[in-house]
Amino acid sequence: MTRLPILFATLVFASSTSLLLAADEPVEFNRDIRQILTDKCFACHGPDDNTREAELRLDSEEAAFGREKKVIVRGKPEASALIQRIFSEDEDERMPPASTNKSLTPHEKELLKRWVAEGAKWQAHWAYATPVMRAPKKFDQAANEIDGFVLERLAKSGQTFSNPADRVTLIRRLYFDLIGLPPAPAEVEAFVKDKSPDAYKKVVDSLLKSPHFGERLAIYWLDVVRYADSNGYHADKPRQVAPYRDYVISAFNSNMPYDQFVVEQLAGDLLPEATIDQRVASGFNMLLQTTDEGGAQAKEYLAKYSADRVRNTSQIFLGSTMGCCECHNHKFDPFTQQDFYSFAAFFADIQQVGVGNPLAYPVQHEADTKKLAEFDAQTAAARVLLDTATPELAAAQTEWEAKIADSLKSDTQLGPWHVLGPIKAASFDEAHEKEFVPAADIDLAKPVGDHKWTKNDQLVDGKAHSFVGDNSAVYLFRTVRVPAATETILSLGSDDSLQVWLNGTRIHNNKVSRGVVPDQDKVTAKLVEGENQLLIKVANGAGGFGFSFNTKQTGLPPNIVAILTTETESRTDAQKLELAKHYRSIAPILNPKRKEITQLEAAKKAYEAALPRSLMTVAVTPMTIKLLNRGDWMDESGPVMEPAIPQFLGSLNVEGRRANRLDLARWVVDPKNPLTARTLVNRLWKLYFGQGLATPLDDLGRQGTLPTHPDLLDWLAIEFVESGWDVQHMIRLLVSSNAYQQVSTVRADLKTLDPYNRLYGRQARFRLDAEIVRDNALAVSGLLVQDLGGTSVFPYQPAGYWDHMNFPARTWPTSRDKSLYRRGLYTHWQRMFLHPGMVAFDAPSREECTVERPRSNIPQQALVLLNDPTYVEAARAFAERVVAEGGATAESKFDWAYREVLSRGVTDREAAVLKRVFEKHLATWQKDEAAAKAFLGVGAKPMPGGMSASELAAWTSVSRVILNLHETITRS
Amino acid sequence: MFFSNQLARRGFLGTGAQGVGAYALASLLGSSCAGAVDADAGRWTGVIDKPHFPPKAKRVIFLVMAGGMSHLETFDNKPKLVEMGGKPMPDSYTKGQPIAQLQGKTLTCLAPQHPFKKWGESGNEISEIFPHLGTTADELCIIRSLKTEAINHDPAHTFMNTGTTISGRPSMGSWLTYGLGAETDQLPGFVVMTSVGGGQNQPIASRQWHSGFLQSRFQGVHFHSKGDPVLYVNNPPGVSREQQRDIVDAVQELNRYRDEVVENPEIATRIAQYEMAFRMQSSVPALMDFSEETQQTLELYGTKGADGSFASNCLQARRLAERGVRFIQLYHRGWDHHGNVKAASAGTAKLIDQGAAALIKDLKQRDMLKDTLVVMACEFGRTPMAQGNGRDHHIKGYSMWMAGGGVKPGMTYGSTDELGYNAVENVVTVHDMHATMLKTLGIDHKKLTVRFQGRDFRLTDVHGTAIDAVLA
Repeated sequence: MTRLPILFATLVFASSTSLLLAADEPVEFNRDIRQILTDKCFACHGPDDNTREAELRLDSEEAAFGREKKVIVRGKPEASALIQRIFSEDEDERMPPASTNKSLTPHEKELLKRWVAEGAKWQAHWAYATPVMRAPKKFDQAANEIDGFVLERLAKSGQTFSNPADRVTLIRRLYFDLIGLPPAPAEVEAFVKDKSPDAYKKVVDSLLKSPHFGERLAIYWLDVVRYADSNGYHADKPRQVAPYRDYVISAFNSNMPYDQFVVEQLAGDLLPEATIDQRVASGFNMLLQTTDEGGAQAKEYLAKYSADRVRNTSQIFLGSTMGCCECHNHKFDPFTQQDFYSFAAFFADIQQVGVGNPLAYPVQHEADTKKLAEFDAQTAAARVLLDTATPELAAAQTEWEAKIADSLKSDTQLGPWHVLGPIKAASFDEAHEKEFVPAADIDLAKPVGDHKWTKNDQLVDGKAHSFVGDNSAVYLFRTVRVPAATETILSLGSDDSLQVWLNGTRIHNNKVSRGVVPDQDKVTAKLVEGENQLLIKVANGAGGFGFSFNTKQTGLPPNIVAILTTETESRTDAQKLELAKHYRSIAPILNPKRKEITQLEAAKKAYEAALPRSLMTVAVTPMTIKLLNRGDWMDESGPVMEPAIPQFLGSLNVEGRRANRLDLARWVVDPKNPLTARTLVNRLWKLYFGQGLATPLDDLGRQGTLPTHPDLLDWLAIEFVESGWDVQHMIRLLVSSNAYQQVSTVRADLKTLDPYNRLYGRQARFRLDAEIVRDNALAVSGLLVQDLGGTSVFPYQPAGYWDHMNFPARTWPTSRDKSLYRRGLYTHWQRMFLHPGMVAFDAPSREECTVERPRSNIPQQALVLLNDPTYVEAARAFAERVVAEGGATAESKFDWAYREVLSRGVTDREAAVLKRVFEKHLATWQKDEAAAKAFLGVGAKPMPGGMSASELAAWTSVSRVILNLHETITRS
Repeated sequence: MFFSNQLARRGFLGTGAQGVGAYALASLLGSSCAGAVDADAGRWTGVIDKPHFPPKAKRVIFLVMAGGMSHLETFDNKPKLVEMGGKPMPDSYTKGQPIAQLQGKTLTCLAPQHPFKKWGESGNEISEIFPHLGTTADELCIIRSLKTEAINHDPAHTFMNTGTTISGRPSMGSWLTYGLGAETDQLPGFVVMTSVGGGQNQPIASRQWHSGFLQSRFQGVHFHSKGDPVLYVNNPPGVSREQQRDIVDAVQELNRYRDEVVENPEIATRIAQYEMAFRMQSSVPALMDFSEETQQTLELYGTKGADGSFASNCLQARRLAERGVRFIQLYHRGWDHHGNVKAASAGTAKLIDQGAAALIKDLKQRDMLKDTLVVMACEFGRTPMAQGNGRDHHIKGYSMWMAGGGVKPGMTYGSTDELGYNAVENVVTVHDMHATMLKTLGIDHKKLTVRFQGRDFRLTDVHGTAIDAVLA
């Protein structure tokens, strides 16, 4: 085995520098010099005050040239300390010092020397300067300005475009890039045959109109904003936020201007009369990881959340790595630690608990509000009928009164309750034992200490009632009248202890600790004729406190009994009305109406419960944000920070009031902001050309590479803003360019000249994203369910994969029916244990902003495509189609299958390979039908009737081969 | 196939970016990653060609006592704390310090719950709940002055594995396989196994063995004790090994045909990856079969087979080490003893003790201990203060040990104060531990870096010093 060591980073620099600088061209600061200074010098001579050596700064022109002792003398390398020191033979003298583990290559030293010799001309960092518009040169091969810029650069190297790709390649490329799904054979054929000049345009137009366009772009955006269906830390509990995902899909589909898209996400909740969609969009601020781990300190986590928002928001929208400034000034860029905490202060108004997961709010659209109001109106109308006196009711009432007259006579008559307390005691024992009120001869007018007896009509019999207060006692008193001496059963409940006195004598004492429910204790009471005095005491230890009383009687409230026992003629008008009202509340003839109300109320409740819920930003009084020294949340000594944008980028004009998230959002999308448009168009470029014009995609700062095509990047940024931040317009421009439409195969000369395709003399080719690998297999097999949006789904996942989660322990709730076959972007995104089929193909856990997934090629991908039930079932479903639709012969079936999956016909030698597998496996399975059936049993899709198991299994083998091909999972 | 002979490779090295090789590599790696590949197999052999130091260790077996093993009941003998048992914890220790579940509670000292014993010639002190490990005391380098920064399980594990609490950074196993590759093309270079028992099972996120911004190939592969040992490693039901071979053969052949048309180096890699996947399909299940182990070995570990216990995972770790896996990490999730630390620590220790000791003895008898670094550590320790009859999380001073692979045997390094609260003498940070571990493997922790988001990242962030005093 031979090792092949390569310092790749060096290679990239070497290659880009050699590409970009011809020997006779003057050195240019941004292109040739800045990177060297940033990378090799800034750690000690950059913006961070804490690590600066010799008080020398090389990060701004002022600082580098403004010193008394000249470090750089323009035009005179021999007089410049900078040049002397880097060329020094003396190890103690030489810069950078060996201890930094950094060194300059001879090429870099020469460049610095040439730069000084040529006058040491400084330039501001490109990304912080306003983009400059210039027109590219004219070229015959140019379809639009993009081509002009690309061709200009190619021409410099004596190159031009590769050939245009054939139509089959083109339509596949467009489908995967724009909607993430393969074209159907009929669509391929139509495009291949369409000779009209706008054939290509028609395909682009139709794809941009497709609802799947939004899904495709959402896959990328959800990585960027770190969308997931779980909270992330510790227990990683599920969260409800799918409506945010659907908002993103719909925003892309409706081509919402990007500036509006940004504002709604950062500050949708602060917009005047914010719509529900805007509030859903504001869920963006809540996508961060949160914890509910026991023992976590709220303050620490609030600091974490605050830093998370700064770090991620700056990467997401500004392509800047402000995260470095949590502890110190940025080492390479002009962001300061003050900037970090001022930026954090913009988010200080977001309602956020430190320990505990954020709430999801119902997503109630106008139609829902209307529907809920309808329920209310219907209920109200029904209630009016319940409250309307009618002759019918009056007659029924008379009948009812006559019927209960007898039972009233023999009934106990309970006086109204009077309550005293709660009275605070030192302990539960004291609350129970101590006689706060003498048990005999109760005088309701006489206060006990600070407490008075008060009449209470709320304490309805048969129900549990509660009081408040630890270590406290409550006394309850009522009279009980009976026509003759009798025994009755009192049925009581209490939290905690219970004592009962009848006419001054204690008849019950139960010192317990319990929660209250009716009918816990039965107490026999011997009542004397006429009035009896009943005194009850309930004492509470800690927590819940309550009591319940019941006795055998009519069940009528005391006030109604009082009215009923008054002669009809003696009743006042008020009493009559009260009685009629009571009767209506129990009248059997109104039962249907009451039932209707109950049903309406239940329906409303169910409707509300069924509303989707989503995380949303809720603004509250801003918490105080302090600058945390070294990022230490326990250090309170730093100054209080007010919201402000990074100082070197200007300031917000808010006229004396505190700036808020809406101000921040509007500044982000201010046409004058040099970062926002560049950040997005650079990422769009990556989606359609495989890499960014400037890399990395999340750092346009000084440590990033200079754009390979700075003028093109600026042109795109300006075009984007001037188009009204029209995302679809930009995508249309990109895919309509001839640069986009080239072949992706590599010309021999480009292999050596431009191995990384930084000049775009061809298209890129790369593996499909994780979700699309799956979507593609489901689409060709016919299993794909193309519904848009909704709650996340749970396709097959190996059992036990979630064993390491806890609080609570969980198992993956595998979906049923059609939810098994939704597009990959709807798969439940569990941060701690993302679906392994996704992980294998580089889908990120979305704990942090991810602007570029790695594209690996690893054995796990083979294991997934070969053995994951998703792909085994897709192969079988596809085989069913092959058998049913692929024509009469094996040969026609091979060809049909290739056209379905790869949009092209099969070659003879390819067919021979497939045939070999088919015949061998058919023979094997004919001998072992049981094995064939076991194989075909994978997946929830029922087996079709009337097909031979061994034959279908053999076709499934053929399908597995095709679904595993490199070509199948590659966009070229 | 690209790079089909040695000359092509040499040629590429000589011409830097200007060769076909660079183009192939560009396609292979994507434009954002540095590295080295074994050209014929598409297998990663590491970015470090020449070690920065003479390497002593070739591989690491890292035993994670997840939940936070109490140093006071295991490796840090504190007689003074015995005296202070039941008395108030002096304010001078705890004032202004981060505290987890004991926030706002009265703080009382809890005496160590198990007696300690001096073991072997070294006299290394280990508590009596580790009778087997005690017999290996002369191999251990016990560090009693470890210190970490995060006080809750999840971030503390992340810190322990990646050197930061911010998600998305590579774990130490990923860094190692990125730096050194693996010595096997049958198995992944970084394997993780887990076991439970003895306490509540705090969650462990797959982030702990994630490759972060490094390529996915450097992710730890989780070996499961039930179901497929490696996800998707078994054929679909009804499909024989021969049939699976037919499928792979056909895929390979068709991919080669395609390569003739489109000349894409990614296809050669894809072919190599399918071969490796197919090999894993037999090598992984074979690993789960302990029948080739002698009865004596099984008894040494106290296991009967690959049953997911810590003991069987220890034996499996040795088998993986023998087969060239670079970084093997075993989690045992049973050490979060907020209550009843006496019985619970003894109970969890019983599940750990024999397997861990057997691992050291077994490696030793196979002459593998000299180049295998075995580490036992946890995300944090536990408070000298009582939480009922248990202990809370503690980050200011706790214990770990290392053995084998270039580490001085039979020594104790560093100490905490007399109550076991703060590490005071020869303090070792998590970054120091990482730097030391890397040094045993011949790596200068400051030189293993990757550019991400415009910055050179490393396992030790901007900190860490290798502790030469513990290196042989």
